[in-house]
Amino acid sequence: MALTGIQIFKLTPKKNCKKCGSPTCMAFAMKVASGAVTIDKCPEMSDEALAQLSEATAPPMKTIKVGAGDAEVTLGGETVLFRHEKTLVSKNVFAVTVTAENADAKLAAIPAVDYDRIGERMFVEMVNVKYTGEGADAYAALVQKAAGIGRAIVLECACPDAAKAALAVCKDAKPVLNGANPENYEEMNKIATEAGVTLGVTADTLDALYDTIAALEKAGNKNLVFDCGTASVKDAFSKAVQLRRAALKDENRTAGYPSIVNLAELAPGKPELQAALASVFTVKYGSIIVMEDMTYAQALALYGLRQNIYTDPQKPMRVAPGIYPLNGADENSVCVTTVDFALTYFVVSGELERAGVPCNLLISDAGGMSVLTAWAAGKLSAGTIAKFIAEEGIEDKIKNRELIIPGKVAILKGELEAKLPDWKITVGTREAVQIVKFMKDYA
Amino acid sequence: MPFNGKSGKFKAAIKEVEIGVGEKAIKLGGENVLPFYTFDGEVANAPKIGVMISDLGLQDEVEGVANYYAGCETIVDLAKKAAEMPGADFVALSLDSADPNGDDNSVEACCETVKAVVNAIDMPVAIIGSGNDEKDNELLVKAAEAAEGKNVLLMSAKEGTYKSVAMSGIQAYHHKVAAESAVDINLAKQLNVLVSQLGIPVEDTVMHIGTAAAGYGYEYVSSTLDRIKAAALAQNDNMLQVPIITPVASETYGTKEALSSEADAPEWGSRDARAINMEVVTAAADLASGSNAVILKHPVSVATIKTMIDELM
Repeated sequence: MALTGIQIFKLTPKKNCKKCGSPTCMAFAMKVASGAVTIDKCPEMSDEALAQLSEATAPPMKTIKVGAGDAEVTLGGETVLFRHEKTLVSKNVFAVTVTAENADAKLAAIPAVDYDRIGERMFVEMVNVKYTGEGADAYAALVQKAAGIGRAIVLECACPDAAKAALAVCKDAKPVLNGANPENYEEMNKIATEAGVTLGVTADTLDALYDTIAALEKAGNKNLVFDCGTASVKDAFSKAVQLRRAALKDENRTAGYPSIVNLAELAPGKPELQAALASVFTVKYGSIIVMEDMTYAQALALYGLRQNIYTDPQKPMRVAPGIYPLNGADENSVCVTTVDFALTYFVVSGELERAGVPCNLLISDAGGMSVLTAWAAGKLSAGTIAKFIAEEGIEDKIKNRELIIPGKVAILKGELEAKLPDWKITVGTREAVQIVKFMKDYA
Repeated sequence: MPFNGKSGKFKAAIKEVEIGVGEKAIKLGGENVLPFYTFDGEVANAPKIGVMISDLGLQDEVEGVANYYAGCETIVDLAKKAAEMPGADFVALSLDSADPNGDDNSVEACCETVKAVVNAIDMPVAIIGSGNDEKDNELLVKAAEAAEGKNVLLMSAKEGTYKSVAMSGIQAYHHKVAAESAVDINLAKQLNVLVSQLGIPVEDTVMHIGTAAAGYGYEYVSSTLDRIKAAALAQNDNMLQVPIITPVASETYGTKEALSSEADAPEWGSRDARAINMEVVTAAADLASGSNAVILKHPVSVATIKTMIDELM
């Protein structure tokens, strides 16, 4: 059972030495109780107290890191079932599956999708290398080729010999060895443990899956992920939800591992269905989602969704301040300004693009708040806009001297005219839906 | 030791609302478990899919949509074709021509359209107003009259229109009404309370709690759906035990992913594929978070979401 902050505090050295990074032992204990930090951050804790605490304060869901260097991804570590309860911490990652037959074409296609969306790199984080009985040496060669594109690897391989051969060439890249099942888990466990890699476990039924995880834990391996299987979509969803819920709601730590959902096996040859299911498992409890391919069309929708779901509800998404030229705008195009709250930016820039009038969208730092909130908080004022224009050197970069401001802050017009005497200030629309008509009329 | 999971079945349930008449009438809601949690208990009614058509006819549609309706000349042709779409459960007729900032078509002309469409198909119909409160106060009231006897879903009763729309739609013509709010659990509840204060039973209403496309502030939609289902089922809040309907196509087709031509964004590939993916990814997330119905446009999206629902049920 979880301990309270007071119970943890009693076991701390109570010296307030600050070595853990917290100002007092009490503050540290409170953070440990809330799951924000782990107990081993305290260097002064006695071994006895540590042993007592580490089991009790271990987070209900393990954090598993796979991949090495730049390719490392973090899975699991969630503390809540729904993002509004606190926040979700480890976004799900996407893998594309390859076999000996199609590896060349697919490995060439994977790097094609790689772009930036609101400060986040969007790409296929993992490659799932499926063993299709080609023999241990051929599989090892395939794995080596797949590792060459620098993404974290999942070895989908239940054959111990092939797994050994593959790990011999890629174990330093910290792949997931996804191949344990109720029949072979002892042998696979040995292979994974010796190579120091994460082991993936699967089984036909939820009971058998749970029992196999429990048996592996008993054998001392807690570096695990579970594969939701290929029986049916319904069964995979049931496993993903029931294990996550048991871990987070009922504190059943044996259920608390990240999941693999193999949509390439569950909906083969159906890219749209894979996208729909990937969306479901992004919302509900997929950790590694394996796709047959990741086309740009799928990526644009899925990565956008994932970025939204994994935002911290306490920290709004923001876009970087700067000049965003739209519709082929140049230095002579009219300037439009709004705040850096990502939702506002997306809606406003989308409508401006629909209007088709070339314009420079100026985004100033408004603390990531919406227009009226930013204005009320003093983050959007004539002063902040004028300061932004001066500091960004807008007057050197853009020759045009017309600025359209959000209709909701029409009140700023007079003051802006005083602060920016060279500029013609126009009050724009109150709502984004009116922008298309407004811009067409303006032009 | 086998897995000993606790059931997440609730004592409370979402109200069941029927739309349409005859064999093809549909039931929304009724469930006492979270979306697709079949392992906790039977899901009373599978989520439903509506096909959106506009009384402006086909506009700058993506290839798959344009091809599907090829040869259709009138709104009745479109409605018949939409009703035949594999996977469709109802048709959503959007009276876009009524928009005072657009064509500003008269209420009478729109009602003729409504009458023609509801009489031409035997599938349930949702009627979507112009989005302008002043116009919809009159339009949806008259549309209710034009669709008398068909048990349609009027979309939507908003803060500024609920009195007229709900009173005439439900009290006078016995239709169903969707109460529309802006992605906030408190606003959604408040509107349901206001509607119920008119003496209208909650069983005659559904909720449209707002919508967004994946990637465009979708987290608010997802979390609002999560919170409403939690309040309705776990906390037995009967003012939120109302099925939820979420228009998807009206949002996703306005995004740059679905609008950009292949010439504008060559690396993005087929516009048709982008539009489908935006639509199915958004719809799937809506359904997984608790929406009881979605409104789509593309035949591939409708077929895909139908398969997804069938596989999860």
